[in-house]
Amino acid sequence: MPAPLIQTQQVVKRFGALVANDHVDLTVEAGEVHALLGENGAGKSTLVKMLYGLLQPDAGRILWRGEKVVLDGPRAARRRGIGMVFQHFSLFEAMTVAENVALALDGDEPLPRIAARLAEVSRAYGLPLEPGREVWQLSVGERQRIEIVRCLMQDPQLLILDEPTSVLTPQEAEGLFATLDRIRAEGRAVLYISHKLEEVRRICEAATILRHGKVVARCDPRAESAASLARMMVGSTVLGVTHEAAAPQGPVRLAVASLSLPPAEAHGVALRDVSLSLHGGEVLGIAGVAGNGQDELFAALSGERLAPRAEAVLLDRRPVGREGINARRRLGAAFVPEERLGHAAAPRFPLSENALLSGHAAGGFVAGGLVRRGQLLGFVDEVTRTFDLRKGTRDPEARALSGGNLQKFTVGREILRRPMVLVVAQPTWGVDAGAARRIRQALLDLAAEGSGVLAISQDLDELLEIADRIAVMFHGRLSAPLPVSGLTRETLGLLMGGSGFPADAPEAA
Amino acid sequence: MRLVLERRSETPLALRLGSPLLAVTLTLASAFVIFAAMGQDPLNALHVYFIAPLSDSWGLQEVAVKATPLVLISVGLALCYRSNNWNIGAEGQFLVGAMAGGWLALATHGAPDGPWLLPAMLACGALGGALFALIPALLKTRFGANEILTSLMLVYVAELLLDWLVRGPWRDPQGFNMPVTVTFEPEAVVPLLLEGGRLNIGTPIALLVVALLAVLVGRTLKGFEIRLVGEAPRAARFAGFDEKKLTWTVFAISGALAGLAGILEAAGTVRMLQPGISPGYGFTAIIVAFLGRLNPVGCLVAGVFLAVTFIGAENAQIMLRLPLDVTRVFQGLLLFYVLACDTLLLYRPRLVRGAHA
Repeated sequence: MPAPLIQTQQVVKRFGALVANDHVDLTVEAGEVHALLGENGAGKSTLVKMLYGLLQPDAGRILWRGEKVVLDGPRAARRRGIGMVFQHFSLFEAMTVAENVALALDGDEPLPRIAARLAEVSRAYGLPLEPGREVWQLSVGERQRIEIVRCLMQDPQLLILDEPTSVLTPQEAEGLFATLDRIRAEGRAVLYISHKLEEVRRICEAATILRHGKVVARCDPRAESAASLARMMVGSTVLGVTHEAAAPQGPVRLAVASLSLPPAEAHGVALRDVSLSLHGGEVLGIAGVAGNGQDELFAALSGERLAPRAEAVLLDRRPVGREGINARRRLGAAFVPEERLGHAAAPRFPLSENALLSGHAAGGFVAGGLVRRGQLLGFVDEVTRTFDLRKGTRDPEARALSGGNLQKFTVGREILRRPMVLVVAQPTWGVDAGAARRIRQALLDLAAEGSGVLAISQDLDELLEIADRIAVMFHGRLSAPLPVSGLTRETLGLLMGGSGFPADAPEAA
Repeated sequence: MRLVLERRSETPLALRLGSPLLAVTLTLASAFVIFAAMGQDPLNALHVYFIAPLSDSWGLQEVAVKATPLVLISVGLALCYRSNNWNIGAEGQFLVGAMAGGWLALATHGAPDGPWLLPAMLACGALGGALFALIPALLKTRFGANEILTSLMLVYVAELLLDWLVRGPWRDPQGFNMPVTVTFEPEAVVPLLLEGGRLNIGTPIALLVVALLAVLVGRTLKGFEIRLVGEAPRAARFAGFDEKKLTWTVFAISGALAGLAGILEAAGTVRMLQPGISPGYGFTAIIVAFLGRLNPVGCLVAGVFLAVTFIGAENAQIMLRLPLDVTRVFQGLLLFYVLACDTLLLYRPRLVRGAHA
């Protein structure tokens, strides 16, 4: 039997006190699609960064075709035949597809030759691309194709894909799977990082599962169920939330009327004629591929960006489009942004001050300009109790909490104030299954008490689980909301890909 | 073997306190070497520099007199730096404060009128410093101009303005053509605290300011806003704080404190206006602010330490014939060591063996 394509033996990587990879053994054979599974923070990214030469192991060794290798940089990895497509792309928006590819290649091939080769490779793998288009005009799916094609042009034996479908519509993901089949058929190997278990069961023939930096299982995902894979990842059984989707009944709590906003920055997304109404007692989901205007919608709803007209945003029928975020909070709204550290919370501030951050306007934490520390600490204790926060001390710095615990805190500090309207972006992004369940249940409980909850999420499964109605964002427009009962992933997928939306007017640029 | 800097997840309190002490120790060690290289007995020189100023009542008073402007300016700068506003122009705001307050003293010269004069002068000084500091704030918030450059360049404007005033319209006609104004009337002079020294009520004012700002930073919503804007600007917007308004506020406060220090110096220690009114207090205060960890009480301690080096330098010049520039070298070294030691706060140095066993 020939030596495996790539193998790690007892690889260890530490970051300070944290052991990100603890004696990890991974074996990938030529011609297989191998899944690397684990929750966020389980050490998947650390491991593949070592395989791609971005990090150096503190101990252990890496074997390439049975031979010990030192990968002291991505260039060394590429020379061996290892290519990687990152979750976050590194493309220059103002340059063409071919120019972007040329920048990433190690040789000094002339641009026309690269463009020709690019066209050929993209045809051969079913990844349609126009070499002359500028990147800013392309969708996220097309951008990912550039990244994949430029890896394939280096003729890799091992292709590493980090969460490739998180930015794709279901239909685009199908296209990717067909490409992976072709790559496998040529005898190349794929290391596929994901936490979407259905997808892994379909396309991978081997899986290595990490938990807390250690390998906890190796299996053939085709022989497992999604539930059994989840159990291996989490280490315990994951319960679902209880929710019956229903038609909206309560009064309109939050309404947006024909809101248009130019992009805040170059190549940003403009909001075009967005309208929605959120009723008390319901969870309204906003689906869509990342970067279709969800961030802009959140900023407009929260008041971090003001609307052109006061009537464009109504909170309990009061026009608040020209009011800042604190005025909206005083009227009973609460907000949870997507980015936990740096936006929702200040990393080096203790939790008590992070409670003050969003609560100073309406939470009763300030008297005569003075901060009431005792009050804040009591509030932190209450969030801790209600949401089962795990932390070392009573009032640690925000950055000392794990992602899931910090997310429970940033959602919990808003829910405990019993807001009339809660706008939450990516409520469980990068959160382990147990914390995600608790957060989703808390959102549902809040809605059940009569508040309106607007959840912006890229995770369709999450929205289908908690929402009563779902609307889709595409190129800054928002579809009419569809009731969840009877809604299929396929219908949503088509909307996420832009069908049913009015064609965009040609850009003024 | 290689040296790796690893990010710390939490900074221990002992290090926070220890890092400035380590910087001071390293500065003293460097001073030891420098004195030896200059042919002095290092221990004796260190004694003259750092111990002698603290060993008699006159020296202690002088230390307080020097520390007062340093502390006043640096606590204001600390607010600016905490909130990511880089006011480098306190020297200019100090001079404008001296000129604004001094103008009132000169305008009433010969006909001083009651006890309101001195408080009014102090208010004018603070107001002048604040208005002068608002120029870089305006340029930053309105046009996006870099406040480091604009505030620094305005120092030279203030210096030249003072130069022109004391050589031109404000020159003392009986001053033998020296570039000085008349000596202020007794009513326009900051009263002394003790007979037979130079300690005046500026020092208790500075202590009061330190106490007020310590409460502001640590206990009030405004202090939280200042810290949050500097630490996490996006989170500050989420908190609903207006970054631009805050830029105006901290520039105004630090300018007012620098201006107050300026008029206290002019009407207290110097009692007239002249070009050399500040031995670089506005710039030294930057070192004080960082050595004091941008914390009001820390600035008080650091201000006293820097004041000792000023007095020590005068002592050393007289007793050891060492040039005053040596002090500048020490102050520069000190800032360098403070910033270097701060790296230890954020990172843990670790030696690692080669990764490939």
